[in-house]
Amino acid sequence: MIIETQQLRKSFGNKVAVEDLSLTVEAGEVFGFLGPNGAGKSTTIKMLLGLVYPTSGSATLLGKPLGDPSARASVGFLPEHFRFHDWLTATEFMEMHANLCGLSRAEGHQQSAALLDLVGLAPHAARQLGTYSKGMQQRLGLAQAMLGQPALIILDEPTSGLDPVGRRLVRDIIRKLRTEGTTVFINSHLLSEIEVTCDRVAFIKRGRIIHQAPLDELMAGELRLEAKVGPISEAVKAGLARWTPHLRHEGNVLHMTLANEGMVAEVNRYLVEAGVPVYGLQRDRLSLEELFLQIVGEESSA
Amino acid sequence: MSVISPPQARTSDARSARPFRRILTIAWLTFHEARRRKVLYAALGLGLLFLLAYGVGLYNLRDIDEMSGNPFLRAEFSNFLTLAGLYVVNFLMVMMTVLSSVDSLSGEIRSGTIQTLATKPLRRWEIVIGKWLGFAAMLLLYLLIMAGGILLETRFLVGYTPANVLAALALLGLNVLLLLAVALAASSRFSTLASGTLLFGLYGVTFVASWIEQIGTLLENQSAVNIGIVASLLLPSEALWRRAAHEMSSPLSSAFDISPFSALSVPSPAMVLYALLFTTLMLALAIRLFTTRDL
Repeated sequence: MIIETQQLRKSFGNKVAVEDLSLTVEAGEVFGFLGPNGAGKSTTIKMLLGLVYPTSGSATLLGKPLGDPSARASVGFLPEHFRFHDWLTATEFMEMHANLCGLSRAEGHQQSAALLDLVGLAPHAARQLGTYSKGMQQRLGLAQAMLGQPALIILDEPTSGLDPVGRRLVRDIIRKLRTEGTTVFINSHLLSEIEVTCDRVAFIKRGRIIHQAPLDELMAGELRLEAKVGPISEAVKAGLARWTPHLRHEGNVLHMTLANEGMVAEVNRYLVEAGVPVYGLQRDRLSLEELFLQIVGEESSA
Repeated sequence: MSVISPPQARTSDARSARPFRRILTIAWLTFHEARRRKVLYAALGLGLLFLLAYGVGLYNLRDIDEMSGNPFLRAEFSNFLTLAGLYVVNFLMVMMTVLSSVDSLSGEIRSGTIQTLATKPLRRWEIVIGKWLGFAAMLLLYLLIMAGGILLETRFLVGYTPANVLAALALLGLNVLLLLAVALAASSRFSTLASGTLLFGLYGVTFVASWIEQIGTLLENQSAVNIGIVASLLLPSEALWRRAAHEMSSPLSSAFDISPFSALSVPSPAMVLYALLFTTLMLALAIRLFTTRDL
C-alpha cells in the first residue's frame, strides 16, 4: 500500500477541513482525488506530506507513519499554489532541490537538465524564475516533483495554470510515469484530465470520501448513443424502445440512452436491417463531469 | 551471503544520512537570497560609505591632543572615537540582523515557497538551523568588515587600538546570533510585520532601560538599576554592547567618562553567559514553534 489513511481528521479551530477520511492508494496506480472546492482535498494532501498535522486519525505513506522524512525521500510533490524562490534560476532551483532530495552533485546536475528538458524548459534554464509565466512555473514544479525518481508523485491541481499544450504535456508525463511503475496521486477538478489519466478515483465532499471506485467501473454504467441516420419511419423508431426508454429525434440525429456497450452493436444491426442508412454512431459515455455532479450533488440534497 | 538491497531502500537510507548537507543547502539558499536580492550589496555600499565618513572625520581630528596640550587626552579621545564608531556599527548590525531575517520563515510560509522545501526529505529543524547559519555567516562577515574597518582606520590614522578587541568583537558577534535566534523564533509563528514590531519594540525597551540603569548607577538609585537588569534579562542585546564597550575601555576612561558609548554599569560575565543560554533557548524555541505549526 502506497497510501493508507484511517479516519484522518483535521479541524482549524471549529472549522472542520477533513472530517473522517479513510483511503487507500495502491502501488502503480494513477489515483484521482475529486471534490468541489473546499472539500478538503488540499488539506488531505498536506497531511500526507507532513505540512499539516492531523487532529486525529492515522495514516501511512509508503508504509511509514506520517511525518517520517525517509518516506518523503520517495515522494515528489507539486503544490497547488506553486510559488518558488523567484530570484533563483531554473537550474539553481532544480539543483538545490536535488541536494535536498539527497542526490549526489553529478546525479542532481544530470537529472535537473533532463527534467527541465522533459517539461520543455531547457531553453529557459538560465533565467530567473521571477521572469517565468505561471504555466512555466507549473511545469518547473512538475519537473521538481520528479527529482530522484520518487515512487509516489502527488500533484495538486497540476494543470490549473496550463494552456492546452501544457495540459497535453502533463498528461503524457503522467502516462510515462505510470508505465515506469510510479504511483501518481492527482488532485484536480479538471475532470477531463482525470478521465483520461486515472485508474481509480475517489470523490470527497465536506471532508469525507463519499464514493471510491475504479474509473472503468464508474464509467461502465449507462452510456449515451448518438446515431446520425437517414430517413427513418415511426415504426422503426418505435422498435428502438426495446433498448432505450428515452429516445429523442432531432434533425437527423437519434439520441438514446443504453444500458451497456453490447446494445450499441444491437441497435446498429437493427437500424441497418430495417433499411435505415446509418452515417455515424457516436457513443457518448456519461462523462465524469456528470458523474461528479450526480455523486456530489446527490449527497448535498440528502 | 550479501543481499543486494532494492535500489529504493538503498537510496532512502543514503538520503536520510546527510542532514549536514541539507542544512548547508538551506544556508546557501539563505545567503544566496541576500546576494541575489542585492540586500548584501546595499548593506556593503552603505557600510563602506560610513567607513569613509568615519575615516575622513578621524583624519581631521587626529591632531586634537596637540592642540589641547594634554598628554592623556590622545588615548582618551581615540578610545571615545573608536567606541563611537563601533557603537554605530553595533546599531547597524541590530538593524541588519532584524530586517534581513524577520521575513525569513514567515515570508516563505505566506508566499508558499516553504511547501516545496518542507516536503523534501528534511526535518523542520534542519530548515531553521540552515537559515540561522546562512544569516549568521552573512551578518558575521558584515560585522567583520564594518568593525574591522573602524579598528583599522583608528589604528592607521591615529595609531590607537583599544584593549581586548577580540573579546569585544566576539560579544558583538554574539549579539547578532542572539537577535537572529529571536527573529527566527518570532518569524516562525507571527507575520513579518508582527515579528518586526515585536523585535524593535523589545529592543527599544531594553535600550531605554539601559539608560535608566546607567543614570541609576550614577545617582546610586538601585530601583533604576534593577529596571535595567530586568530589561536585559528580557533581551540581553544592549547588555552585550555595554559589556563589549567595557572590555575596550581603558580603566581611566571608564572611571571618568559618561558617554553614550561607554558603560557605567557594566553587565557581569554572568550576563554574557545568560546571553549565550538565551540564544540557545531562542533557537530551540524557533525550532519548536516551526516544527509544531501547520504550513
